[in-house]
Order: sequence, then C-alpha cells, then structure tokens
Amino acid sequence: MKPATEASINSLDARRSSDGGTLTLIMTGRWDSDTTGKWWQRGQQILTQSKPRRLVIDASGVSYCDGAGVAFLIDLQQLQIRTGGDAAIQGLQEEVRRLLDIYGHISIERPSGRRREPLSIIEQVGKAAVELWRDFKSLLTFVGELAVMLLRAARQPRLVRWQEAWLVAERSGVNALPIIALIGVLLGLILAFQSAIPMRRFGADIFVADLLGIAMLREMGPLITAIILAGRSGSAFAAELGTMKVREEIDALRTMGLEPVRFLVVPRVIAAVAMIPVLTVFANLFGLMGGAIVMRSLGYPLVTYVNQVLSAVTVGDLMGGLLKSFVYGIVVAAVGCLRGLETRTGASAVGQSTTSAVVSGIVLIAIVDGLFAVVFYALGL
Amino acid sequence: MLPKENRPIIQVQHFTAGYDGSVVIDDISFEIYRGEVFAILGGSGSGKSTLLKHMIGLYQPAAGHIFIGGKDIVTAEGEERTNLLKSIGVTYQMGALFGSMTLLENVRLPLEEYTALPSDAMDLIARMKLKLVGLEPFLDYMPSELSGGMQKRAAIARAMALDPHILFLDEPSAGLDPITSAELDRLILDLARNLAITFVIVTHELSSVYTIADRVIMLDKEVKKIVATGRPQELREHAANPWVRQFLNPGASAETAGKGAGGER
Repeated sequence: MKPATEASINSLDARRSSDGGTLTLIMTGRWDSDTTGKWWQRGQQILTQSKPRRLVIDASGVSYCDGAGVAFLIDLQQLQIRTGGDAAIQGLQEEVRRLLDIYGHISIERPSGRRREPLSIIEQVGKAAVELWRDFKSLLTFVGELAVMLLRAARQPRLVRWQEAWLVAERSGVNALPIIALIGVLLGLILAFQSAIPMRRFGADIFVADLLGIAMLREMGPLITAIILAGRSGSAFAAELGTMKVREEIDALRTMGLEPVRFLVVPRVIAAVAMIPVLTVFANLFGLMGGAIVMRSLGYPLVTYVNQVLSAVTVGDLMGGLLKSFVYGIVVAAVGCLRGLETRTGASAVGQSTTSAVVSGIVLIAIVDGLFAVVFYALGL
Repeated sequence: MLPKENRPIIQVQHFTAGYDGSVVIDDISFEIYRGEVFAILGGSGSGKSTLLKHMIGLYQPAAGHIFIGGKDIVTAEGEERTNLLKSIGVTYQMGALFGSMTLLENVRLPLEEYTALPSDAMDLIARMKLKLVGLEPFLDYMPSELSGGMQKRAAIARAMALDPHILFLDEPSAGLDPITSAELDRLILDLARNLAITFVIVTHELSSVYTIADRVIMLDKEVKKIVATGRPQELREHAANPWVRQFLNPGASAETAGKGAGGER
C-alpha cells in the first residue's frame, strides 16, 4: 500500500566498470506501480545500448518495492540473460527478496496462449451466412410455437395471463401516448410544410390536406407507430426476458413445466397487438393536427381543411393502415421476445439482445411494409 | 487471542448502518491487525455484506468511522479517497470479472487506469498476478469460459493488480465444490503468509473459517451487534453465547437435537 502523503521518489543510475564489461544499475527510493513507469524504458534502453557482459543491479538503496518494482528487476535480469550475459541483483531487503522469489519464475516472453486472430473476409461471410441461417430457423420455430400458443389461447382464454397482458398494455400503450403525440404532430407539420411550398407555386396548396390525410392514414401513421413501438417496447421486452434468461428464471419456468412462450410471450404479443392500432389512430390524429397548424398558417379555415381531408380519405385507407399496424404489432412484440429468449450469458448479452430486437424489428417492419405495398397494389386498394 | 502484529490496519468505530430507516448494524467497533486473516460471520440478514460494503467505501454509514491505514474512508474525498481505494482490493461473490475482457485485460485494467507503466510492463505485471493464482495459461480466455473457482481466483488476481495490502473477499467459497473451495483457501493462506496481505473475508463456509481465519467476529441479526470475537476454534468450544457455539458447531447441535428427540421417544 502506498501512503498518499509519502513522497514517491526514486532514481536509477548506471555505472560502467573501467574495463567496460560490467554495468552496475543503482536503484534507490520507492519502486512501486506509481514510480516504476518512468524508469522502465530507460532501464531497457541503458541495457540494450551498453550490452555489458555482466549486469549488477544494486538495490540496497531501495526503500520500498512492490510487484511493479519486482517486475522491473525481472525484466532487466531476463533481458540481460537473453543477450547471453550474466545478471546479479545485490542488496535486496528481505521483503523484496521474498517477492522476487514468489514472482521470479515468470518469463518476460508472453506465452503463445490462444490469441484470437481476426477472421478473414471469407470466414466472416461464411460465419454471417451460418448465423443468418440459424437466425431464420429459430425465427421460424418461434413463429410456429407462438402461433400454436396463440391458437390455444384463443380456444382457452384462461391460459393467458391477463393481468400481465393488461400491465404490458399500459406500459406499451398508454405510456407511449406522449411520444406518439409529439412525433405525430411533428410529422404532420413537416410533411404539410414541405409539400405546401412546391404545391403553392401551382396554386394547389389546398391539396396538402389530401396528401397528408392519405399519407398519414395509409403509411406514415402505422409506420411511425410501429417504429416507436420497436424502439420503446420491443427493446423493453428483449431486456426483460433477457435479464430473466441471464438470471435463469426462464430455466426455472421450464423446469416448472411452464412454457416461456405461453407464460411470457403471449401476454406481450396480445398487449402489443391490442395497443398498436389504438396508438396508430392517435398518431394519425396528431399528424392531421400538425397539418392543420400549417394549413391555418397558410390562411385556410379549419373547416375547409377538415372537409378536404374527409373528401380525400376513405374508410379503406384507415382500415388498410390499421391492418398494417396489427401485423407490425405482432412482428415487433414477437421479435423483441425472441431476442430476449435468445440472450446468452454475460453483462453485454442483454444489451446485444436489446439492440438486436430494435434492429430486427425495424428491418421486419420495412419488409412487411414492402409486402403490403405489393399486395395492396395487386388488389387495387 | 494474539494478533500477528499489534498495529491495527483497519479500525471500525461506533459503526451503525441500515437501509431505508431500518438499522441492520447498531454501534459496533472492532479492529483488524496487519497481516491477519479476519472473517466476518453471521446468519443470513445479519449485515455481513452490508458491513463489508461500507468498509470498502461503497456506502456511507448512518454513524461511525472506518479507518483504513489511519485514514477515514467515510469522510475521505477526492485524491485521498482514490488513494485509499487503490490501497485495497475487493472480490465479489460472483467474481465480477468484466465479461467482455480476457483475463489478462481484466487484470491489466487497474494498471491502465492508475499507473503510467508502459504496455509491456503492464502485461508482465498482470501475468505475474495471474501466475500467482495459477491462471497464466488462461490469460487469453474470457471469464465465461472458466469455471467458478477459476473466476474467483482471477478476481483475486485482478484485486491484487496494484499490490494492495488489504484484500476484502465477499463469500469467496460461495458456489464452489469442496475441493475447489479448499484450493482457494490454500491460495488465501499462501498470499497472507508470503505477501503479508491482510484479508477481510465474509463467509458462510465454516470449514474455510477454521482453515484460514486468525480471528472472527460474529454478527447477530436480532441484537444487530457483534456477539462474539476471537479465534474460531476457541469460540467453538468456549463462547459464552450458546447460539455462537451452535453456529460454529452445527454438526454437534444436530447430534444433540437427534439425541434429544431419541430420548423423548
């Protein structure tokens, strides 16, 4: 232990014998982890430049020496021996001698160990492909398991843990309302404002209402709600289930004969699926309110804006958007729970699961959105 | 009982601690001497780990002082506190090795943060510590690839990176098989004997206590105080408090209980 008040002073002096064959290094003062660093490379430098036949380290002036000081002695001694010379350490106090006896058998050469060589590009591609395939298989298995459990839950509703479902619904739905409102209003404002500028040049700025109504209800409302759900609740599901996995609570459920998918995933999926259409309706509403602010600033009365929106959008647009959001809800909740259940051990594992849940959720939302676009186009909706 | 040296390195004075208004430990005082292996015993909920966490400066006590090397860890701030924390090493129940780092990187970390040593010096010192606990061949392993006992030993190597004179161990034998636990006891004894390190150990393992501890204190949940202090073997035989004797000799109490039941039949 190094008393904080004690001055940490040491020195290293080099003396050569008259015939030049012997180099004496004289160490004095404290040699600890605080004070050894500044002499480490200097000591090596003196030794490699002098190349003496014999090295004598005079440590009689050393007042204190810990592991770092002993490491310095070992380093110099072994460097000298490696170059074919002799080395001797003189004047060591009993305590330091004991430390040297304990630590002295180590080689300054790092053992080869099993350093992790970086993978080549081909190996990386192969590894990524294998992981992708595994990921796809586990996703498929999980979807099957979840579908079976949801069907069983539909037939026997008492199998669902409704209390947990309500709790999750509150956290994922009601508590998400402020952020949905904020993003919705901002989105409406930005969309309306950005489209109003070019449309005004053609005197078509009233059609901003049409654009906003259709865009929000069919596309932007469901999409932005799903992305918020992925970031907010998908990550939370992954972190919750991941922590349970790390703490072996999932194993405990299994050994009690309880299926984690039924016990943990089904309530979350039901809650998310129930909440996301409601949140989407709110996102649509707030988006249109943002648009209303822009239209009012362009000089249009509110009633004109509302009538224009109502004439532009149909119930089909609203229902199409809600259908999308329903599917997004299943995807986001399921992938969040899947990533949580796949969590490995270690402190970083939960973080990785959470990140993976959000990224996978957003990627799947984009894929599902693309599929919907194709299907709606084919059906002429 | 005679301490190895008559100079206390840790002094706990009128220490009181608790959580959320409830008192767990009420006005206790004791001293730990340089170079001894000191064990803190007690039943579940008696405040052993609470006491340890206060001694290493993680929590502020409700009252009292804890002097380490003459400096009060309760009031120390800034550089003084940093120096105090550098002067002690701590291992936790689960090892608390950083899972994203190899063993070598785990042991190097305190050296990287607190010293100006060149990289090759830090490597050498870290390997010295790992060799001391018998883990040099595993320096490139991740903690998750090691057994529980190896993780505990690696945690001791990390705690020793800056050559502290005091090591605090929280339940070092928890979750280990008897052979691994005995190996760990031998390591603690070797370090105490060869490097004159003072050990403060919170443990439930009575076999470890009898093997390695020079002195013990026993905390009691009911009275929230120290109910016994002394050498473990002496307390087992001669403690004034029957609960202490029973705690330190559970086999005998079970036997007695068995006899009692037999007698009634």
